[in-house]
Amino acid sequence: MSASVHKETAEDLARSVRDGSRSASEIARAFLERTGRTSDRLGTYLHLDPESILAAATAVDDRRKSGEPLGPLAGVPVAIKDNICIRGVPTTCGSRILEAYRPPYDAHVITRLRQAGAILFGKTNCDEFAMGSSNENSAYKPVRNPWDPERVPGGSSGGSAATVAAREAPLALGSDTGGSVRQPAAFCGVVGLKPTYGSVSRYGLVAFASSLDQIGPLARSARDAALLFDSIVGRDPRDMTSRPEAKGVDLEELERGVKGIRIGIPGQFLGEGLDPEIRACLDQVRDGLAREGATELDVALPHARYAIATYYLIAPAEASSNLARYDGVRYGLRAGNGDLRGMYETTRGLGFGREVKRRILLGTYALSAGYYDAYYLRAQKVRTLIRRDFTEAFGKADVLLLPVTPTPPFRLGEKTEDPLAMYLNDIYSIPASLAGVPALSFPAGFTKSGLPIGLQLVGKPVDETTLLRVARAWEKASDAARRAPALAEAAA
Amino acid sequence: MSTAPKAIAGARERYEPVIGLEVHAQLKTASKIFCCCSTRFGAPPNTQVCPVCLGLPGVLPVLNERAVRDAVMVGLAVGSKIALRSVFARKNYFYPDLPKGYQISQYDRPLCEGGSIDIRSGEGWKRIGLVRIHLEEDAGKSLHPEGRAGIHTTRVDLNRAGVPLIEIVSEPDIRSGEEATDYMARLRQILVYLDVCDGNMEEGSLRCDANVSVRPKGSTSFGTKTEIKNLNSFRFVDRAIAYEIERQIGLIESGGRVVQETLLWNSEQGVAESMRSKEEAHDYRYFPEPDLLPLDLDPAWIESVRASLPELPHALRERLVREHGIPEYDAEVLIETRSLASYYEDVAARSGQPKLASNWIMTEVNAIRNRDGLSIERFPIQADRLGALVGMIGAGSISGKIGKQVFEHMLTDPAAPDEIVKRHGLLPIDDEASLLELADEIVAANPGPAAEFRAGKEKTFGFFVGQAMKRSGGRAHPEKLQAALRAALAKQA
Repeated sequence: MSASVHKETAEDLARSVRDGSRSASEIARAFLERTGRTSDRLGTYLHLDPESILAAATAVDDRRKSGEPLGPLAGVPVAIKDNICIRGVPTTCGSRILEAYRPPYDAHVITRLRQAGAILFGKTNCDEFAMGSSNENSAYKPVRNPWDPERVPGGSSGGSAATVAAREAPLALGSDTGGSVRQPAAFCGVVGLKPTYGSVSRYGLVAFASSLDQIGPLARSARDAALLFDSIVGRDPRDMTSRPEAKGVDLEELERGVKGIRIGIPGQFLGEGLDPEIRACLDQVRDGLAREGATELDVALPHARYAIATYYLIAPAEASSNLARYDGVRYGLRAGNGDLRGMYETTRGLGFGREVKRRILLGTYALSAGYYDAYYLRAQKVRTLIRRDFTEAFGKADVLLLPVTPTPPFRLGEKTEDPLAMYLNDIYSIPASLAGVPALSFPAGFTKSGLPIGLQLVGKPVDETTLLRVARAWEKASDAARRAPALAEAAA
Repeated sequence: MSTAPKAIAGARERYEPVIGLEVHAQLKTASKIFCCCSTRFGAPPNTQVCPVCLGLPGVLPVLNERAVRDAVMVGLAVGSKIALRSVFARKNYFYPDLPKGYQISQYDRPLCEGGSIDIRSGEGWKRIGLVRIHLEEDAGKSLHPEGRAGIHTTRVDLNRAGVPLIEIVSEPDIRSGEEATDYMARLRQILVYLDVCDGNMEEGSLRCDANVSVRPKGSTSFGTKTEIKNLNSFRFVDRAIAYEIERQIGLIESGGRVVQETLLWNSEQGVAESMRSKEEAHDYRYFPEPDLLPLDLDPAWIESVRASLPELPHALRERLVREHGIPEYDAEVLIETRSLASYYEDVAARSGQPKLASNWIMTEVNAIRNRDGLSIERFPIQADRLGALVGMIGAGSISGKIGKQVFEHMLTDPAAPDEIVKRHGLLPIDDEASLLELADEIVAANPGPAAEFRAGKEKTFGFFVGQAMKRSGGRAHPEKLQAALRAALAKQA
C-alpha cells in the first residue's frame, strides 16, 4: 500500500487506477485508514460503511481486469453531503426527523458518479437541512476545522470541506444555497464551486430553497474540482430547472493563464466589516493576478447590500414549504399519539432543530396573506435588481473577485446565540446565489495565525471554466493550496 | 347541525340566487401530471406510486405535456384565452393525503382565462361565463375504515396523488340548481367529446363545489356566500343548491344573516353541514413553484391544438338541424354522446328517413338503453340494421306497429329486418282479395255496428278498422284495409 495515496490529486489517482499502477481497493483502504484516524475528532461523517466502499472498489478493479472501460473518476473516493440521496444509504440531512431514513433511489449526481467509476465514500456531516454557516446546526454533532479544531469548518457543507482539507477523501460533493459550499471551502482552505443554477441536476438533493440550491464539488485543487464538476454537470430531464446549455470544463483550458482576463472588484461593496487580513489577501491576489497579465477594474453591485435581507425572505419562504413534507405520515420520525394535529406538532417539534424552526417560521410569515407583497414579492423584485447588477458588471469584467467571508473561521459557540451575526457571515456569498451565477472559493492565503483565507470568483452564467482557470493560475503563482493542516500531516 | 328553516312561502320570489361552480375534472392522461406513474382507477392502494408522487425528500416534478395539451383543448373548446405564459404555484396546507404538504396548482397566472358555456334557460339559451381554467395535481385519498369503538384509524391511498386535474371556475352567472345541473351536464359533455375526461362523477373524475348566495331581486351587489363541497352527482348538485338557497332565504327572512363558511353536503341526510368558518379558513400561502419554470406556450402550437379539436356538441347540434332538417329538440337528444350522434347519422343515411330515424332512436332505442343501462356502442342493433328497418317503415312496406315487433326480434336476432319479417310471418296483407275477405268477415260478425254505420253513424267505422287490424295481427295495410271495409259495408247494404 502506498503511504502517499492521500497526497495525490484525484486526477492522478484515477489515472493510476486506469493504467493499473494502483488498485481502487488499495486507494479505498488508504483513505478508510486515514479517515479512521481523524474523522471522530473532526465529526466529518454521519455514515461511513467501509464494507460497501471496499466492495465498490473491488468492482472497479474487476472491471479493469475484465478490460471494461473505466470512467474519469475510476476508483476515486468521493464523499457525499448527507442531503444527497443514495439508494439504501441513510440520508439524514443532519436532522433527527430523518434519522432512520434510507432513500429508495439515487440522486442524479450519484448515478453520474457511479457511471464515472467514483467510489461513494460515506455521508458527510452538515448543518440540519443545509441551514447554517458553522456546522453547529447538525442534530448529531458539530464538525471541527482541521486547521484548528476549536474553530468551525463553516457550513453547511462543513463535513465535505473538512474531510477534503484533512485528506480523508480527495473529493466531496456539497450543496450551496447561500454559500454552503464556498464558505466552508474558504474556512477549510480548499476549492469549492457553486455552479450556475441549473448546471447540475437537483434531482435527489433534499431541497432547502429550491430556487437557490446547487450541488457543487469540493477539492484540493482547481483541476480536481473541474474533474468532479465535469462528471456531474449537464441537463437532466428529471429537473425542469436544469439548463440545456450547461457545459463541463476542459482541463487543458485551465492551464491558459489569466493574460487578458478582466477582473472586476466590487470595491464599494467590500466596505466595512471586512477583516483587514482578508482585505490584504485580496489585494495581494489582485496584484499577483495582474502580474500574470490580468487586468483589473472596479465594478459596482449597487443592490448587493440588500442581498442578505432578500435571501432571508426567499430562502426561508421556500424552505417553509419544502419542509412541510416531514409530517410523520409516510417516512422519517413519527411522534405523538392521538390526533392528527398532535402527531404533526410532536413530530415536527421533536424532529426539527432550532435554526430549522426559526427559518420555517420566518418563511411562513413572509408568505402569509397580507405580508406576501411586502416581503416575498418585494424580495423577488430586489433579486431581479441584484441579477441585473451582475449582468452589468459582466459587461465590463470576465470575473469578479471578492471575499467569501468577512472573517476567518470563528470559534465553535462564538455565534450560536446570535443568529443575525451568523447570517451576516454570508454577506459576500449570497449575491451570486440570488443571481444564479457560478461562484468559486479558492485557497488564497493564510492569516498570521495560520488559518486559511479563501477568496471568491464569480462568473458569467455557465462559465465555470474561467473561474477554475483563474483559480488554477493562483495555485501556480502561490503556495496557498499546497499547505496541509497539521492534523493531516500528523495523521500521515 | 340544525335543519334548514323553510323559507316563508312567497319569499322565494323576492330573492335571486347567485351561484358559481368550481369543477374539478381528472384528465385521462395515461400517466400522472408530474411523474410517470399510471393514473388507472381502482388499483390496489399505493401500488401506483413512485418517489415523486410520494413526495420523498429530493424529488422534483416534471410536467406532463399531454396534460397541458388536454387543458388547452378544453380552454379552446370553451373560448378561453390561452395564456402564452402561465405559472405553477404551491398551495400550502397540511393533510395526510397531501404528500408534499403542498399542492402544485396555478394561482395568479392560470393557463386559461375567460370563455363561456351556453346552457338551457326556459325556452332559450343562457351564457355562463368562465373565470379561468387551470392545471393542478390531485391529492391522495384518506380512508376511514370502521375501527373498534373509540379508535379512529385513517388510511391513506396515494394512487390518486398526482393525477392531473383541471379546475374550471365559472362566473357567478348561475341562478338555480337546475341551471347548475345543466351547466355541469354541458361541461361534462364537452370534456367527454374532447376525450380528455371520462366524466364519471361516482368515481370522482368530475367533482363540483358550489358557491351560493342570495340577494333581493334587483340588487346588483352580492350577498354573503357559502361554499358547498362534495357534490359528486348531478342530483346532489341540484339538491344541495336548492337546499342552500332555501336555507339562506329562510335565515334572512327570519331576521338572521348568512355566515361565510364552507359546508359539506351530506347526501344521506340531504343537508349541508358546516365544515369550517371564514375564521378557520386556510391561508394557503401561495407562491410560484420554484421547481417548475413558467409554462411558455408557442402560439403556433396552440393553433395546432385548435386545428385538432373534434366537432363540439353545439356545432354538431346545429349541423344535425341544418343537414337533416330535424327539430332542435331531437338534435339535442341525439348529441348526448358523439357516438350516439354518429349512430343517428348512419341510421338516417341508411334509411333516407332523417326524422323517422330520430324518432326511433329517441323512443325505441333509448328506451331499451335506459332499461338496460347500455351505451350506444353496446346496443345490440347496429346502425345499418336499424337503418334498414326504418327504411322499410318509411317506404310503407311495413307499418310502424309491425316495425316495433321486428325491432323486438332484432334485439336478440342478428338477422336482417326483412329476413325477420319473413321468418315471423309479419309481411303486410295488402292484396285486395285478402283484405276484402277479411272485411267481409268482420262486417258479417258485427251486424249491430254495421247497421249503425249504415244508419249514418260514421264514428262506427273506426270500430271496424280496429277489429280488422286486431284480427290481422296488425299486418293489414291501413289505407287498403279502409277501402276494403267501406266496400264490404256498402256491399251488404
